[in-house]
Amino acid sequence: MSYQLESYDIAVVGGGHAGIEAAMAAARLGAKTVLFTLTLDAIANLPCNPSIGGTAKGHLVREIDALGGVMGIAADHCFIQSRMLNKGKGPAVHSLRVQADRSRYHIYMKKLLESQENLFIRQAEVTGVRVEEGRVTAVETKLGAVYPVKACVIATGTYLGGMIHVGEVSYSSGPDGVAAAEKLTESLRAAGLHLRRFKTGTPARVHRRSIDFSRFERQEGDDEIVPFSFTTDPAGLKNEVPCYIAYTNPATHQVIIDNIDRSPIYGGRIHAVGPRYCPSLEDKVMRFSDKPRHQFFIEPMGLDTDEIYLQGLSSSLPEDVQSAFLRTIPGFEHLEIMRSAYAIEYDCVDPLDLRATLETKAVSGLYGAGQFNGTSGYEEAAAQGLIAGINAALKVTGREPLILDRSTSYIGTLIDDLVTKGCSDPYRMMTSRSEFRLVLRQDNADERLTPIGYRIGLIDESRYQSLLHKLDQIKSERARIEKVNVAPSEALARLLEEKETEPLHTGCKLADLVRRPQLGYNELAPFDPDRPSLPAAVTEQVEIQTKYEGYIHKQMLEVAEMRRLEEKKLPAEIDYSGIDGLRLEAREKLERVRPENIGQASRISGVNPADISALLIYLEVWQHEQAADKGETDD
Amino acid sequence: MKDTIAAIATPSAVGGISVIRISGPEALTIAGRVFSTFSGKPLDSLKGYTCAYGQIISGGETGEAGENAIDDGVASVFRAPRSYTGEDTIEISCHGGLFVTREVLRAVLRSGARLAEPGEFTKRAFLNGKLSLTQAEAVADLIGAVSEKSLRTAKSALSGALYRRIRSITDDLLAVSAHLAAYIDYPEEDVDELTEKDVEAIVEKSLGDLNQLLAGFDRGQLIKEGVDTVIVGKPNVGKSTLMNLLSGRARSIVTNIPGTTRDVVEETVNLGDVVLRLADTAGIRDTDNPVEKIGVDIALERLTTASLALVVFDLSEPLSEDDDRIISRLSEETLPAVAILNKTDLPQSLSESDLEKIRAAFPHTLLLSAGGSDKAQQQALSALNSEISSLLELSDIHPEDAMLANERQREAAAEAASRLSEVLSTIRSGYTLDAVDVALESALSALFALTGEKVSDTVVNEVFEKFCVGK
Repeated sequence: MSYQLESYDIAVVGGGHAGIEAAMAAARLGAKTVLFTLTLDAIANLPCNPSIGGTAKGHLVREIDALGGVMGIAADHCFIQSRMLNKGKGPAVHSLRVQADRSRYHIYMKKLLESQENLFIRQAEVTGVRVEEGRVTAVETKLGAVYPVKACVIATGTYLGGMIHVGEVSYSSGPDGVAAAEKLTESLRAAGLHLRRFKTGTPARVHRRSIDFSRFERQEGDDEIVPFSFTTDPAGLKNEVPCYIAYTNPATHQVIIDNIDRSPIYGGRIHAVGPRYCPSLEDKVMRFSDKPRHQFFIEPMGLDTDEIYLQGLSSSLPEDVQSAFLRTIPGFEHLEIMRSAYAIEYDCVDPLDLRATLETKAVSGLYGAGQFNGTSGYEEAAAQGLIAGINAALKVTGREPLILDRSTSYIGTLIDDLVTKGCSDPYRMMTSRSEFRLVLRQDNADERLTPIGYRIGLIDESRYQSLLHKLDQIKSERARIEKVNVAPSEALARLLEEKETEPLHTGCKLADLVRRPQLGYNELAPFDPDRPSLPAAVTEQVEIQTKYEGYIHKQMLEVAEMRRLEEKKLPAEIDYSGIDGLRLEAREKLERVRPENIGQASRISGVNPADISALLIYLEVWQHEQAADKGETDD
Repeated sequence: MKDTIAAIATPSAVGGISVIRISGPEALTIAGRVFSTFSGKPLDSLKGYTCAYGQIISGGETGEAGENAIDDGVASVFRAPRSYTGEDTIEISCHGGLFVTREVLRAVLRSGARLAEPGEFTKRAFLNGKLSLTQAEAVADLIGAVSEKSLRTAKSALSGALYRRIRSITDDLLAVSAHLAAYIDYPEEDVDELTEKDVEAIVEKSLGDLNQLLAGFDRGQLIKEGVDTVIVGKPNVGKSTLMNLLSGRARSIVTNIPGTTRDVVEETVNLGDVVLRLADTAGIRDTDNPVEKIGVDIALERLTTASLALVVFDLSEPLSEDDDRIISRLSEETLPAVAILNKTDLPQSLSESDLEKIRAAFPHTLLLSAGGSDKAQQQALSALNSEISSLLELSDIHPEDAMLANERQREAAAEAASRLSEVLSTIRSGYTLDAVDVALESALSALFALTGEKVSDTVVNEVFEKFCVGK
């Protein structure tokens, strides 16, 4: 028995990090949006580690904020410890990471969604997507309701077909006791999507009072805190808690080795593909048997709880084995487990089914985001949710879609990797995945993306104007330091010697000194008496842009070359089996990916330069023919 | 905007006349740098469809080699659009022969042209409207075929040693790049620290290796100079007898005292279809004798640079530990090898199961007696000739393909060397690891261009393969 309820422009299925960004963006762009979640109490849940950011992931959060998403602001409101990682390794890889208060994060996000105009939140299990003539027309729920919609974003995370494994026990469930979504998979398969099983896992949560913290190395947050959001005022931000660094030992490993046959993976009961970058402790012990110890972190789950998260000790061994191996660690002798570690299998789509807009190729108006698309991580999910939500809203309002290319952002790189190369295990963002990483820094995400957010309507006028003002300031200060002369002096000689850089014999421009890797813009203030007073965010850009000018210039040339290839669009109706000169492997890969342009085609593994030559020739022939056809109809 | 490309346009590089074609907007200028007319008229003053007789000089903008004359020749000028490609084109005809042709091409490349991709002249011809659609489709086919073949040729025995040396440098750089990626992307984890100094040391070594490779290129791997072949086997297995059989002269001292051959003795031998550059080596045997130890080290060293190994076993003796060591060492290498079961004239003591073991390790196996009767020796030589030819697929690969494959590798190596120098200057001027990392990846991508691998994917795979990272 089914019945029709309210119509919406867009339905978002899932209230995790992808679903939230999708729903917020869609509603703010004027689409009447409904967000379905299995339970309102798990909105914005952090079912794995209570942290946001990290290498490349921190970049993603900054970009989400710059484009008009919400993750950055929420993290700034709910963090309890903040650190900038990789400080000594150069600005391109500086990475912000915070510990978040898990329940406050949930409350903050739930309230944010509730306050959003145009956005409706509904606790319900979506069991089907209706497709007519290749377009999404409605979603159905378990209770029999049918909601007519024009577009739908699937952001089901690990809940879709979720199956939890702990030792010899397996059962159908999503994380944290929330039921799995059972029926939607079938409906998506019927719509023509290629679905498959991935796996991930999480460590145990333990009670604070059962840990002897004196046995572990304490890790404090940064003194000077950098927020995620370009709109957050850093003044007043402070760390609330320390974390701790700890290690396993040979006794821990022995317990695991002795019980390895009780692991569902090593015992052969799970066949789904797990993430390479997020190995369980038993994987680490078995694969890297020469390592006498493995590092892990002890992290609080929030201010209002004694639950502690053990980052690095994910496992799917039985509860008794978990307890036994944990207690081999000095300081954990009396450890109380509150939630057991587990592995979870779930259904997700092969991302080669998706376009760069995150719309499926099979169904118009159907989008995917987050773990459903084969990624892992809150930040990766949020980034895709934002793009899927934006594109769904642009589509229902009849506007051009938004595609961020690789040179604009880590977000663009992430999506391009997914839809071009696919993934054989859950995809995690890394800085080394971006060939343009010297220009895709976390410090300039606003310059790269805020104008785009403004153009589509997620960034308001005043924020845009303040960005323009900042860019102006950077430009004039850069021009100024190229003109300011610095004469050799005793004080300068002392500084140069102290910093171990070449002495100055004749005068030079201030910019030439800033260019030296050993010197900073700020410490040169005494030799620059007319220096204007500028915000730190401005002087930081002046310093980085000046110092890395040569490298940035080189990357910009590569960007231009990439864009040139991206401009060569491949026709949608192209039949790769009919193109001479393509090797079989290339033909199959191209047929599966169906790239939008030559640039994307060149990044497919198994497509080599000769195949690209063949494609270019095909493209020329095709254009000749198009022109000829057009000529005939004109006659 | 298009660049200017050059390549050898004539199919056969041996004998007669060879033509080097230069096409593109800078063709006349570049040709002018390497070709000086006897009439004294500059090349770019000539009209289309005219020729000039002159001297080809090694030239180049850097001029480090001086302006040495390479050859006399004729330059034909074609002006756009009246040329095969539709662009300004110069064809320099010189005396055929691999060495001269290659030198001319190299001078042209030094002067600013880029080595043409397979089929690129024809591609340009098509794009400039000089070919019909049907012709163009045939071209696409050709490009695919040629590129497959050029990679295969690069990996083949004729230039395989070079390929393997470049590959080994690539692997060193890949390892440090992956380590750097792990160190940067997993700052919170137990990844060993990697300092600028560490990276500098590895990059310096790789740059040294590449420069050595480039310097030794001319003595190189051309087929006329022979396939670099090493004879290996435990002591007294008959290596020197085989060497003497092949060279027809008693060059190595042959005795039955193990360890007689201590130096590497070199010889060039024409077997008929194939020319071998032979090196006999000291027997691979664990030895305490210091003099012989040096010989054994050289033998093992030769294995890494040779293009072909002749592995000798003694049929008249059971398989020993030394033999096992040789088998396992050879199976670590991708080196093409022929196993020679020597001394068929003596009673066989090698068991059938050991024979099977050898056959399993070496698909190409020959039974012969290197020191037998004249007739037996003749048969042995002829069997070796056909076995080696088939192993090296000589029937399928032409000398000019091999040369072209070598030129490509040379260009990739030179490009990588120049980018590695930039890595060093990045490190030495004190830039941070992020800039070092990007510069290093760019050098790596120059080498990866040879196989079409994608740098980022390979580095990421390597990170998860080698490092225990992730929470």
